[in-house]
Amino acid sequence: MPMTVVEKILARASGRDVARAGDVVEPAVDLAMSHENAALVINQFAEIYEGTGLEPRIWDPARIAIIFDHRVPAESPKTASNQKKVREFVARHGITRFHDIRGDEGGICHQILPENGYVRPGAVVVGTDSHTTSHGALGAFAFGIGATEMASVWALGVALNVEVPRTIRVEVSGAFAPGVGPKDLILHLVGLLTAEGANFRVIEFHGETVRAMSTSGRLTLCNMSVEAGATSGVVPGDAETVRYLREVAGVSDPIVVVTPDAGADYERTLAIDAAALVPQIACPHTVDNVRPVDAVVGTRVHQIVIGSCTNGRLDDIAAAARILRGRKVARGTRMLVFPASARIYQEALAAGYVADLMRAGAVVMNSGCGPCLGVHEGALGDGEVALSTTNRNFKGRMGNPKSEVYLCSPEVAAASAVTGVITDPRKGA
Amino acid sequence: MARVIAKLGDDVSTDVIYPGRYMATVLPTETPQFAFADHAELNALLKSGRAPTGGVIVAGKNFGCGSSREQACSCLKGHELTIVARGFARIFLQNSINLGLDLVTAPDVEAAEGDELEVTADEVVNRTTGHKYATVPLPAARQAIIDAGGLIAYTRQRLLAAR
Ligand code: SF4
Repeated sequence: MPMTVVEKILARASGRDVARAGDVVEPAVDLAMSHENAALVINQFAEIYEGTGLEPRIWDPARIAIIFDHRVPAESPKTASNQKKVREFVARHGITRFHDIRGDEGGICHQILPENGYVRPGAVVVGTDSHTTSHGALGAFAFGIGATEMASVWALGVALNVEVPRTIRVEVSGAFAPGVGPKDLILHLVGLLTAEGANFRVIEFHGETVRAMSTSGRLTLCNMSVEAGATSGVVPGDAETVRYLREVAGVSDPIVVVTPDAGADYERTLAIDAAALVPQIACPHTVDNVRPVDAVVGTRVHQIVIGSCTNGRLDDIAAAARILRGRKVARGTRMLVFPASARIYQEALAAGYVADLMRAGAVVMNSGCGPCLGVHEGALGDGEVALSTTNRNFKGRMGNPKSEVYLCSPEVAAASAVTGVITDPRKGA
Repeated sequence: MARVIAKLGDDVSTDVIYPGRYMATVLPTETPQFAFADHAELNALLKSGRAPTGGVIVAGKNFGCGSSREQACSCLKGHELTIVARGFARIFLQNSINLGLDLVTAPDVEAAEGDELEVTADEVVNRTTGHKYATVPLPAARQAIIDAGGLIAYTRQRLLAAR
């Protein structure tokens, strides 16, 4: 029985020969990730055991990862106390894949997992974060869950009553034009599918454009698959996956990639010509409100943000530095850069990108989620407009319901920083 | 019978239901005060206690899209609301089942603020307009969690059974 990538992964993880869309399975979890919201998971975990007479015990502490990223360094006593509580729990339960607020190994959860080799092709990964879909970039089945469900995973080691999702196959061909890249592709796709078009489905990415794409670009695709409602995005593992895991993540044990069977059953197949794409912008206040850059060129921007789990990696920062080198961020516009991890920050320093950006007037902040979710750092004023490489532009997302957020690629963000208005990077800033 | 206390549109995100800046608040006893915090009127109505118990929020497609934050469910459950929508985002739907927040999916539902709704096993009846709307049952696999009284209770049963 031919299967899609996710059907194959779920069959293996559930100890079955076959899993088909619609089947209900209980896959064993290979990795369970949380961030600051582990504080809530800890509460729910304790509650599960209440009155049972059983000692609370994590099924396998080696399979848990906890990364502080959403509010680092803590923006309030409440967050600091939650983080303290999580640190104590981590120590008590012997959780080793813990990334605290540090300049050597900290960063955003969706960057920390890949760069440390915590995610492998074929793995089942759950995370208390909707962008857990990112890890499909390494050929895993990775999806977001809530805190109570995570507490259940900590206790049982399986995800309960998972309905095997149907899969949408996306075939991408053609080479990107200069100034166009993976972010434009996924924005275009979210616009095509709409914000709920892939709800309860998996998006499986194929085609020469995806095969030629670096893991960084694939992370961008899978990261934003959830913006079309997808349970997960997945790029079947290949030579690039193995290269990334060996060279970047330092993995030395055997890597087995999972590819779909010929004749697997897809709900639908979409073909996209990458060569025909122009820079894309998601306009306020929904991610599927996507338009070609031309439609909004000239819109005044008060704050540029480059960073997040979507576009805060070295290639993103390099693209911005290249555009800003020897230039200045326009007066009246501020530019904030958040490298996705401490490691990327160090690499950007070594390559001179941080100096390029700072000389241009950008503020390079500590790695973490920063203004992406509107809790601290980089709040917007009433009526202000942000142009950001992050993944969400919902009303209030950057902390102020009276502001607007446009989403774009690092190239568009950097070119617009120079002019202070939304600018097409192909026409030059 | 339940009264519609608010009518919202499509794609109501978790940033609207429970803004990110309150995410450090996690206890279900504390989250309800921040429900729709940036939607001043609705937030004030919920906090005033004037909203009828078991009141309904009617919404369009993709309610609860966005973040996996469970506060978006616990804050609504704290006000004993039922959400009747044309559709729900996946994680929000799952979180609601896990926590026991009442969701009803009715793809064609039409209702205005102040309408009286009756939710039966397979339809939503708008008593004010007289129209009836078919509902979509929850995925069958989820029923076990609901029957157990939520995911905490269900997981507890599983732990004890495995002992
Ligand atoms: S960078 Fe933004 S989208 Fe990514 S994990 Fe952090 S808050 Fe979520």
